[in-house]
Amino acid sequence: MIPPLPRPKRKNPVLRTRAPLLPPGPRSRAALGLTAAAALGRFELQECAACGAVQYPPREACHRCLGVELPWRRQSGEGELIAETTIHHSHDTFFRERLPWRLGMVRLDAGPTVVAHLHGGCGTAPARVLVGARLDKAGQGVLVAFPPEEVPNMADDRQLREMTCDPKYRKVLITDGKTAVGQALVRAVCAAGAELVWVGHAEPWKKLPGLEQIDAMPGVSLVPLDLTDSRAVREIAGEIGGKVDILINNAEVHRTQGIASRSGIEVARAEMDVNYFGLLRLAQEFAPAMRARAADGQSSATAWVNLLSVFALSSFPGQGTYSASKAAALSLSQTLRAEMRPAGIRVIDVFPGPLDDEWNQTLPPPKVSPEALARAIVAALRDGVEDVYPGEVAAEWFARWRENPKALERELASQS
Amino acid sequence: MSTDTLAALAADLLSGRIRVIDLTQTLAPEFPQIVLPPEFGQCWPFRIEEVSRYDERGPAWYWNNFSCGEHTGTHFDAPIHWISGRDLPNNATDTVPVQHLVGRACVIDCSREAAADPDYLLTRERVLEWERHHGRIPPRAWLLMRTDWSKRTDPVAYQNFDETGQHTPGPASDLVRFLVEERDVIGFGSEAIGTDAGQGYHLRPPYPCHYFMHGAGRYGLQCLTNLDRLPPTGAVIFCAPLKIKNGSGSPIRALALVPG
Amino acid sequence: MTRAAADYGDVVVAAPVTVPYVRHSIRSAHHFVARALAGLLRRAGLAKSEIDGLSLASFTLAPDTAIGLTQHLGITTRWLDFLPLGGASGVVALRRALRAVQSGDAEVVACIGADTNHVDSFRQSLGSFSVFARDAVFPYGSGGPNASFAFLTSHYMQSFGARREDFAKLCVAQRQNALHYPHAMFKKPLSLEEYLNARPIAEPLRLFDCVMPCAGAEGFLVMSRGRAEALGLPYARVLSTMERHNAFAEDPIQLRGGWSLDRDRLYGSAGIAPEDVDLVQTYDDYPVMSMIQLEDLGFCAKGEAPEFVRRHSFTTDGSFPLNTCGGQLSAGQAGCAAGFLGLVESIRQLTDGNLARPVEGARFALAVGFGMITYDRGLCSAAAILARAGDGA
Repeated sequence: MIPPLPRPKRKNPVLRTRAPLLPPGPRSRAALGLTAAAALGRFELQECAACGAVQYPPREACHRCLGVELPWRRQSGEGELIAETTIHHSHDTFFRERLPWRLGMVRLDAGPTVVAHLHGGCGTAPARVLVGARLDKAGQGVLVAFPPEEVPNMADDRQLREMTCDPKYRKVLITDGKTAVGQALVRAVCAAGAELVWVGHAEPWKKLPGLEQIDAMPGVSLVPLDLTDSRAVREIAGEIGGKVDILINNAEVHRTQGIASRSGIEVARAEMDVNYFGLLRLAQEFAPAMRARAADGQSSATAWVNLLSVFALSSFPGQGTYSASKAAALSLSQTLRAEMRPAGIRVIDVFPGPLDDEWNQTLPPPKVSPEALARAIVAALRDGVEDVYPGEVAAEWFARWRENPKALERELASQS
Repeated sequence: MSTDTLAALAADLLSGRIRVIDLTQTLAPEFPQIVLPPEFGQCWPFRIEEVSRYDERGPAWYWNNFSCGEHTGTHFDAPIHWISGRDLPNNATDTVPVQHLVGRACVIDCSREAAADPDYLLTRERVLEWERHHGRIPPRAWLLMRTDWSKRTDPVAYQNFDETGQHTPGPASDLVRFLVEERDVIGFGSEAIGTDAGQGYHLRPPYPCHYFMHGAGRYGLQCLTNLDRLPPTGAVIFCAPLKIKNGSGSPIRALALVPG
Repeated sequence: MTRAAADYGDVVVAAPVTVPYVRHSIRSAHHFVARALAGLLRRAGLAKSEIDGLSLASFTLAPDTAIGLTQHLGITTRWLDFLPLGGASGVVALRRALRAVQSGDAEVVACIGADTNHVDSFRQSLGSFSVFARDAVFPYGSGGPNASFAFLTSHYMQSFGARREDFAKLCVAQRQNALHYPHAMFKKPLSLEEYLNARPIAEPLRLFDCVMPCAGAEGFLVMSRGRAEALGLPYARVLSTMERHNAFAEDPIQLRGGWSLDRDRLYGSAGIAPEDVDLVQTYDDYPVMSMIQLEDLGFCAKGEAPEFVRRHSFTTDGSFPLNTCGGQLSAGQAGCAAGFLGLVESIRQLTDGNLARPVEGARFALAVGFGMITYDRGLCSAAAILARAGDGA
């Protein structure tokens, strides 16, 4: 039985805020394959290309046939919990603060025996379980054994919450409430149980539809936030930065041009100013406070979400300057992730395909609806992944990109 | 004679018999800029980034870099700004005769009308009535439309958008032609974000103040403030733009000399 | 069928030496190696120059290995071995040294297991113990070996009905034995209640199921019987040995070690049966491992160790003397020295050089090695049967 997550008490302002700690982070290069898959929300293990044997722990050669081609393949995770323990002593400072901690040894149906964090909903050994991969606070892939069926309050499991960024009872900043995506996000994080949602809006005189309804929702407050204005970003960070648990940066300028289709750099610069420099301004002002609050009790600062684009991976020449600004933001986001890692704050990059919005009006379907995108972002927070490719177009482009980036470059050029 | 005049002016400035009024809004990121449909190019708002402030970026000095459009804040419109003035001689910020940049101002108080109707259009009839009280507008003078719009310190109220767009006061089309053709004004000044009314797009021609003024080589001043501190006649204003090569306009520090 | 191994002829083992354990030391492992070597020389009356073989086992010498110690200690050898195999290092060192002396590659081999223990060195060693541990164990709670053996213990209990009281029996009896051993870290009797009510460490393990890491060294000499007699050294004979690594890799979890693969050859070569063994030194890093070893080495069938434990007293003066100096559970675990502890204690028991209480009339001793839990199980299994001089096949 997992007790439901209690509403957190108000923080006692005279107590010291605990400094964040991380579980052990070092891994071999082979083991980073687990992390790479977990970052996408997948559980993959190495399978020998020659004999098919599933390998664990990750390694350089097949334990059965010595084959050295060990591609990572998706696993069902089904297995049997054969032994378990609850540790009351740990050699690591992160775990010492979180004892007792439940662990299981699981014999996967696919073959290997794995050591896994044991979800509170699992029965005692022997029991059937479903193993999945998650990123831990250190940002490394770890295995978690879940009960095979959904149990009540599944996401509220104390150990699991150390690996996820569930918005429940957390305070969220959504940087742009004027877009359909921003408004869908507000509704989605409120539905997910967010305690408080700040919604940024730049140029408040542009009375765009929907904002008043958002403002009227309980727990939602509009805040002036223009990512092109360094001082404004600093001021709002000074005001609310010490309370934001989840920052969702969805502000973007999206225009549809390549190089030749529009002269001058003024629009490209506007894209860059929000999509790249806006992220930089936000990160400089909000990240320090979030890092400092990464271990601030049950509802600590936990995640930073960047709305990028699948065009960040490979340029869509018809939206070439936008693609470039998103590529710049992707690169910066990796720096932010590296800087957030010591605090255990997850940086989630969202790579949608074309959104169903006015700037993609002339693109043929499928396009991602704002609601679907918002759902994907909330799911990413709940699962604690790093990279999200919501929608069919994004999923397909990502697959094409992984398989052959040069081929995708050609394919995108021919679509423009 | 002129030397004496200037000496007297200097003495009056020193003694306060002539006062200097600042007609300029503060350049700040939060001051709104003109809004165009998003598919058009946009005027940059005022933005400022600290270079150093007696810190590791510059231990003994404080300074900033700023960026903005030519039409950001209280600013000057040159004739080249509009298509109707594009081929005129001396039509850009670096070539406008500087003699034009200091001149008399006539101030028409439309604050009551603008308060009642944000779409208020100043008409030829209203100007003629003003002349009955204050005399005929002299040639080469500025006509400044006082609306107290600058007292709207909330950017939302200042911009005053609704679903049909912006609602701010400005001149009627026939007035602009009248001012140019029959009163030979040097330019038109407004407290709102444009010399034309917010709904000026729907006038004939669209944006008549831009079209006729600039087409005739005249100028525009926007985002003025403190017009309520100017007399209806008798003030002299200074409105020099930055000398931007082939510039269409420029933020200015607009000043007025008024009797003390 | 593997060909039977040749016996060890006239090669014997002598000079059991212990460098007394301390909980923590500010000295490096080199210090403990040096003291062990000095102890061996003193005990045997040999000069440094007369040692021509060195076998070293240590986890904490880094970046040195055995070769660095030759220069550090000023010895010249013609045979050198470095075997950081943890709990198996003693038996494996013995096997290598016996063959070296037998074949003439060396005349006198000093076998030493030594480690230091700084206040924080155990914790630091855990994260880098093995690639698999770093990748797939340590990030899971960082419980160290306690967590790994908690899995094995809980699975063993679940599979064979062992109870906490059964493990307690071993721990309490070994503490009894330790009370007579001057170098034991634990010098107070342990009661059943204390064992059962100790603070939990990794369920089902509690404090007294877990060994205490400490610093120290153990060593012995391998040489020809003639040399031992010339030196006037009491010695023991080695009847047979085995080692087996990564046995039963297909087992989903460890309930058995490699001993069961080699048990018949081990006793066959020794010419004795399990019931002839007078004392056993299991590798008791956790009591469940003693039970598994008793099963795999033929003292009872698989799964019957709990019942076996209930039938015996395990004290030096009782039935089935086990871990006669207290084992690691009471003497402490000094890194790789722990892999030597049972062998050194066995040599003492068979040469009347006891520090602990002697097992009366003991002729045959079995010393077991087990170690290197690089992922989910101990990979190394080893065992040696030693005989009192003049006894055995």
